[in-house]
Amino acid sequence: MNAAIEVTKLEKRYGAVRAVDGIDFEVHAGEVFAFLGPNGAGKTTTVEILEGIRPGSSGQVRVLGKDPWVHGRELQRLIGVIPQDFHFFPKLSPREAIDLYAALFGVSASARNLLQRVELDDKADAMFDTLSGGQKQKLGLALALVNDPKVCFLDEPTTGLDPRARRAIWSVIRSLKAEGRTVFLTTHYLEEAQLLADRIAIINLGKIIATGTPGDIIHTYGRPERLRIDGDPRMVDRLQREVGLPVLLEDGAVAVEIRGKGDAVKVLNWLDTSGFAYSSFRTSQDTLEDVFLRLVGSSDQATLELSPEGDVT
Amino acid sequence: MNPTRIRAYFIAFAKGYLRNPIGLFFTLVFPIILILIFGAVFSNTGSSAVALYVENLDHGSAASVAFLSALNSTGAVQVDVVSVPAGSSFPSYLGTQGYSAGLIIPAGFEADLANKTPVDIPVYTNPSAASQAGIALGAVAGVESAFNLKLAGGSTVLSSTQYNVGSQIFTYIDYLIPGLIGFSILTSPMFSMVNISSTWKRDKLFRQLSLTPLTRSEWLTAAMVWYVLLAILAAFVMIFVGRSVFGAHVSVVAWMFPFLVAGPVLFVSLGLVAGSVSRTPETAAVVGNVILFPMMFLSGTFFPVSSFPPYLQTVAHVLPLYYVIDGLNAGILFNNTAGALRDLLVVVGVAVVLFVLAVRVFSWRER
Repeated sequence: MNAAIEVTKLEKRYGAVRAVDGIDFEVHAGEVFAFLGPNGAGKTTTVEILEGIRPGSSGQVRVLGKDPWVHGRELQRLIGVIPQDFHFFPKLSPREAIDLYAALFGVSASARNLLQRVELDDKADAMFDTLSGGQKQKLGLALALVNDPKVCFLDEPTTGLDPRARRAIWSVIRSLKAEGRTVFLTTHYLEEAQLLADRIAIINLGKIIATGTPGDIIHTYGRPERLRIDGDPRMVDRLQREVGLPVLLEDGAVAVEIRGKGDAVKVLNWLDTSGFAYSSFRTSQDTLEDVFLRLVGSSDQATLELSPEGDVT
Repeated sequence: MNPTRIRAYFIAFAKGYLRNPIGLFFTLVFPIILILIFGAVFSNTGSSAVALYVENLDHGSAASVAFLSALNSTGAVQVDVVSVPAGSSFPSYLGTQGYSAGLIIPAGFEADLANKTPVDIPVYTNPSAASQAGIALGAVAGVESAFNLKLAGGSTVLSSTQYNVGSQIFTYIDYLIPGLIGFSILTSPMFSMVNISSTWKRDKLFRQLSLTPLTRSEWLTAAMVWYVLLAILAAFVMIFVGRSVFGAHVSVVAWMFPFLVAGPVLFVSLGLVAGSVSRTPETAAVVGNVILFPMMFLSGTFFPVSSFPPYLQTVAHVLPLYYVIDGLNAGILFNNTAGALRDLLVVVGVAVVLFVLAVRVFSWRER
């Protein structure tokens, strides 16, 4: 598989601070790659180095085979970027902004189509400073697409947006992938990464601590699947002795670690004959959120937003 | 440098500027307000007449009226006939009203003139307003001499006409117009560039532009073209207002255009340097004002530098705006090509240095 982005031993130092501390990863052409981490983990620094806005201190970065700091001018025609907290000229309308970008890139782009695509056509002639946060972000997305980019960098595109605007942006990201573009998405919303990304890298304190598909990461770093029984907690010792599987109490329920259907049948058969009272049972598995918390949660700077639906600006 | 990109960005920049009423106000409206205020306040000072209060005890006789209108027509005094309240004397009346000059036309003035009987006209002046007293006494003595000459049947041999220094008759407003054109050349690029270079950095707008093919030099070219056009527009508007409202003796001359180009280039660069070296928009505003305000007042904008005390003149001579205004004066008022050229060389030299400096300190990318 050919790589759209290759990063090898990348470091970014500010004095004694290592914002990015020797990271390696590869983004395949045509995939959505989520770069996940708590605030201050080094996400934006990394994405800005990939965009050619900042130089790295050491290591190697290639975007579509080119060094972004050296070949920024050639690359900017091939990439689309929405920065975190996108701002534009306050007294220009979305339509004018797109026309300006089209003229600067020397391409013909239909402002109407692009604005329809990001669901901003009703605000085509409103001044930028009158747009809401979500509408501004949508314009940022539309501008990132003016030059028909091969690789899109979206730096926390939905931070601070209400659920509707967030979903609109998600659907655009899905369509980018469907068109065969590579998407590099940084986010601190776990749900967003799990829903959109083909592969994920988790960065914390400037280091990548896990890479893979969401399933891989849960499988590698998550706990085994558990059968949870809401019933008499006194069964724990006997259950462990007689079935031979690890058992613990989890949030008041009896949880048995199982490795497949056979284990579950064994436990339920035992339960049926043991005489212990129980009301219900179900299996449970770690989510990306559980894994993420286990990986970075110990660090006191991990300021995660676990429930993006909950905050509305 | 790609002309299509410069043009596209220029249009966007101009729209942004025209849609912001504050920028337009400071560029076009504010200087006009200044012309109107300064013009109204100062345009009469050169010929401002001394108020001369008169108690006419000859009760409006034809001879007394002729005498007073002769006084008025000297232009040195403005006669104001008053009636003194009963129980008050004329001098004490002048004192209580705070008037500094007055005279009494005695009763029987007309009859005495007809009989050629000597008449004493008492003139009262306030010693603490010596120059006004001098003007009033001089005017009265002059009119008396004219009357005496006429009564004696003599004829005028010597006479004079008044002219101002310079090739034309200049009034304060004539000097004010080039000064305010300079004011406009200074303020709109400086205010905008200090603001743009600091707030755009904060809002990451330069970062945004750096992700497009637009280059820094294209950006700078578009901005400078805009401020040059704005300066030319401001110059035309001010010359028009000065001429039409105050009858100023200024007109559009070829020599003002080099200054209308080099001036904005200089101050766009200076504003960029001031904004770029500041970390926040707030410090940038302070740095900008520290540069802007002394320059605004000490470069001959509102008052000729030659009227400053010597140490302030020295200060004025290191301010680049002084050379812009001096050059505009030389071009517009005095048709002094050599003087304008000398000033232009200074302005272009400083503009080149600041431009190079601005290109060095003004960066779009971050480290």
